[in-house]
Amino acid sequence: MASKRKHLAAESGDAQVLTLAQLRVGERGILERLDLPEDLARRLMELGFLPGHEVVPARMAPGGGPRVFRVDGSEVALRHDTATKLLVHRASSRAAGSETSRRAKKV
Amino acid sequence: MSSCHEESRSVGLLPNPNIPVPRSTPGSSGQRQVTVAIIGPPNSGKSTLFNRLTGLRQKVANFPGVTVEHRTGAAKLKDRHLVNLVDLPGVYSLTPQSEDERVAHDVLKGEMPGIPKPDAIILILDSTNLGRHLVLAAPIISLGLPTLILLNMADDLELRGGSVDVSALAHDLSAPVALISAAKGTGIDRIQQFLTATAVNLTAPKPPRIELPVLQDVPKCRQWATTVGRSASYRAPAPPLWTRRLDGVFLHKVFGPLVFAVVVAAVFQSIFSWGKPLGDGLQDVIQYSGRWMSGLMPDTLFRSLLIDGVWTGVGSVIVFLPQILLLFLFIGVLEDSGYLARAAFIADHTMSKFGLQGKSFIPLLSAYACAVPAIMATRVIESKRDRMATILIAPLMTCSARLPIYILLIAAFIPNLPVLRGLLNLPAATMLGLYLLGFLAAVMTARLLKSTVLKSKGSALVLEMPPYRWPTLRSLSLRLIDRSKVFLYRAGTVILLVAVVLWCCASLPLEHGKRPPLEHSFAGMVGKTIEPAIRPLGFNWKIGVGLITSFAAREVIVGTLGTIYGIEGDEHTEGLQQAVRHDLSPAGAVALLVFFAFAMQCFSTMAVVRRETGGWGWPAAQFLYMLLLAYVGSFVTYHVVGHFWH
Repeated sequence: MASKRKHLAAESGDAQVLTLAQLRVGERGILERLDLPEDLARRLMELGFLPGHEVVPARMAPGGGPRVFRVDGSEVALRHDTATKLLVHRASSRAAGSETSRRAKKV
Repeated sequence: MSSCHEESRSVGLLPNPNIPVPRSTPGSSGQRQVTVAIIGPPNSGKSTLFNRLTGLRQKVANFPGVTVEHRTGAAKLKDRHLVNLVDLPGVYSLTPQSEDERVAHDVLKGEMPGIPKPDAIILILDSTNLGRHLVLAAPIISLGLPTLILLNMADDLELRGGSVDVSALAHDLSAPVALISAAKGTGIDRIQQFLTATAVNLTAPKPPRIELPVLQDVPKCRQWATTVGRSASYRAPAPPLWTRRLDGVFLHKVFGPLVFAVVVAAVFQSIFSWGKPLGDGLQDVIQYSGRWMSGLMPDTLFRSLLIDGVWTGVGSVIVFLPQILLLFLFIGVLEDSGYLARAAFIADHTMSKFGLQGKSFIPLLSAYACAVPAIMATRVIESKRDRMATILIAPLMTCSARLPIYILLIAAFIPNLPVLRGLLNLPAATMLGLYLLGFLAAVMTARLLKSTVLKSKGSALVLEMPPYRWPTLRSLSLRLIDRSKVFLYRAGTVILLVAVVLWCCASLPLEHGKRPPLEHSFAGMVGKTIEPAIRPLGFNWKIGVGLITSFAAREVIVGTLGTIYGIEGDEHTEGLQQAVRHDLSPAGAVALLVFFAFAMQCFSTMAVVRRETGGWGWPAAQFLYMLLLAYVGSFVTYHVVGHFWH
């Protein structure tokens, strides 16, 4: 599945690259890369923040605090400044399935 | 034992589990004791499983040289063999990067001194999140030890419409696989079978049929897990709807902090309205039985030591057990239900203003129970400076050892008036205020530290939000039993010792072969000596004696006062509450509360800080800082409160 996502990402190469912090709640992003020190990047990758994988901002903390992101079947909170180091592009309409179709997908 | 070891490894010489094995030592089986390690990612239900398998046959310990806590226990098999279980920290991989991963790696490789190399592994994964959790299977299988793979939360998986072909997974990985629910206890037979087989048959497993990836490459490992999952027709379940609905409230911009405040207030209110009657009942029992016992004995010095020293001293601490257990019950419910992660999320922004982060919130919250495990829990904080700051402020949080003196003084001095239109009563509000005071002192200190000696750039917060789950009665009661043991152990050792020493100091030197008045005893002399220093805080020499003894551990002061008044009191020993009212003015009582809120009166905490920071420098500085805070704080309190309230 990941290779297919990568392929789609390459196809929409002209898609604008933005940071995870710029995505709105519910907007799907495909992770491009993690501009973070190696150990932190590794921890995030273990939690599912892998290039080519989908990340969806789910919730904001009160008063501009951390945000919850849906990634790889779970929810992980990150601070704003960490989220600005994760580069994504918006999932194209073809790559992005609706919630229900994603649910049915086999991992 | 080595011959048994060799035998049990070869399949041909299987001892039949139905034939009783001759016992070499009482309580152990004739075979070599088999060690099985339990490992899994965080939130996979590892501890629930461990509790389920071992029940009360478990103990908490520290790995030598590191502060990662671990639990070992014995699982009893149907054939009455005991298998030694080691509960490893929750990890996502075995790459030794964090302390937890290093510990897991070292134990599994047999490189941890004091722990035998495991003979087999139980790998527990969350079946509702198998895609990601299967990643850990790769490094575990590559160890080449017999491994049982448990897919936990099977009930949840089914309920949310997910599925997995267990036999296909077992075939692909060449390892037994079972769907279980550790919380409900379904599928536990399969573990029993595996442990029984392991106890007699220790052959290396076959390599998996789907080739393992390069373990250092996270994307490759994740890809491997996807392949394995797909081959086993894994269908991920629908998102946890209830968790999302609840988070809609608990993480809401407005309602979230509100719920947080209500939860905290409710905890304190119930500690008072439910815990106090229980404690009072216990106190009556202890007083009555003390009087009854003293009626059976002749009036000797020995009777005084036993009743006034030991029974009253230890008893006056034990009466706080119900309230302390209630606090631990609430912390347990919050933690097991998954709410604590939400609390950390809500707290993060506020914590960042003091230079800390949401992850510091979790150790700080456990510091409400006890600073010692809290300081050990700071290992989850990656940044060294953040961690140091959290260690240094943790003892300012209101630990449960402060509860006895708080409860005593509040009950004795604070009138039961309604506040906030009857939402709280004044005693509960005072208690809440003391918790707030400790918290504020902690965050202010953090701010001070982080803007001076521990200055650092913004740190990262990576916080996983587990789905909400019902806490199980089993895990909650195990926690409470564990806590009671620790509390009663302390009451039976430290507090008992202090009670005996104190009784001696308070009863010697003998005057005309009889016990002297307290003022002429050694304890009285010491109290009188320090009285000039504490008089400005509103404390007299009796309170002074209590303060000195409480530097061993905070709750000792109540035992000390119990002993002092027990010795002083006449036949009708008046309650401790009435007794302290003679010796403290209301302003002095509030000042004493403030003193206890700030002072570092706990030897165990200082020892653990020394171990964590690698020297006596930090704990000494911390001790002096907190003493200064306590002295100045109670001085100001005494004079300000005394101005309004005589």
